[in-house]
Amino acid sequence: MSVRGLVSAPARVKRGDVFEVKTLVAHPMETGFRPGFDGRLIPRDIITRLTVSFDGAELFAMEMSPAIAANPYVAFPLTLEKGGVLTVEWRGDNGFVAEARIAITVE
Amino acid sequence: MTARRQFIAGALALACVPSAAQATPEAVADAVRELLAGRQVRDGALTIDVPPLVENGNAVPLTVAAAAGLSVVALHVFTEKNPQPHVLHARFTAATPAARVATRVKLADSQTVLALAELADGTFLRARADVIVTLAACIEDPT
Repeated sequence: MSVRGLVSAPARVKRGDVFEVKTLVAHPMETGFRPGFDGRLIPRDIITRLTVSFDGAELFAMEMSPAIAANPYVAFPLTLEKGGVLTVEWRGDNGFVAEARIAITVE
Repeated sequence: MTARRQFIAGALALACVPSAAQATPEAVADAVRELLAGRQVRDGALTIDVPPLVENGNAVPLTVAAAAGLSVVALHVFTEKNPQPHVLHARFTAATPAARVATRVKLADSQTVLALAELADGTFLRARADVIVTLAACIEDPT
């Protein structure tokens, strides 16, 4: 399965302005509470943590539980003092790792 | 084992799951108590934006936002009737001056969503929202 994460933010922002960052990742978020066709529980397979960093500094993070819907969408406001590359990383069960980057110019 | 026996065993296991897989108000209270660790909590200055009536509990849009100007370190969301009380824990920094997070959650039943905002001074804000769910996530047999 090809793993894909997406991040959306304005390419150019004004210094100090608050803008919205939207993230989306393809993942089933299997809760571990659902029985399969044989009646046994399907093992848990979720994303446990979303980390947003900028030039190596962590700006936002979110711990997820099985209660987050499949293909997790997370949006949050952000402000930047200087331009650079925003990195979004998802980590989860069974060694799941996905990453998305976006360059943002601050003027 | 015959296919029929397998089916019956499976159906029984299916029927038993809902009662087992549900957090209780006590479990939520325990999780909240653990988070608060005796620190002060007050209602208000925190909003939960969630539809009051949802048809499909598998993906319910949820936005939690603290009032502008507050120095928020983290937002926490809990539910009473999902299998686990925890939903999300979001951490904010100086680069996120407006403490707001939007996502989509699963709701296993009509229930109360509880949000807590952790402020920089160590106190907490609390908000609740009631949601009616007509098709529950995870627990109900989809057939």
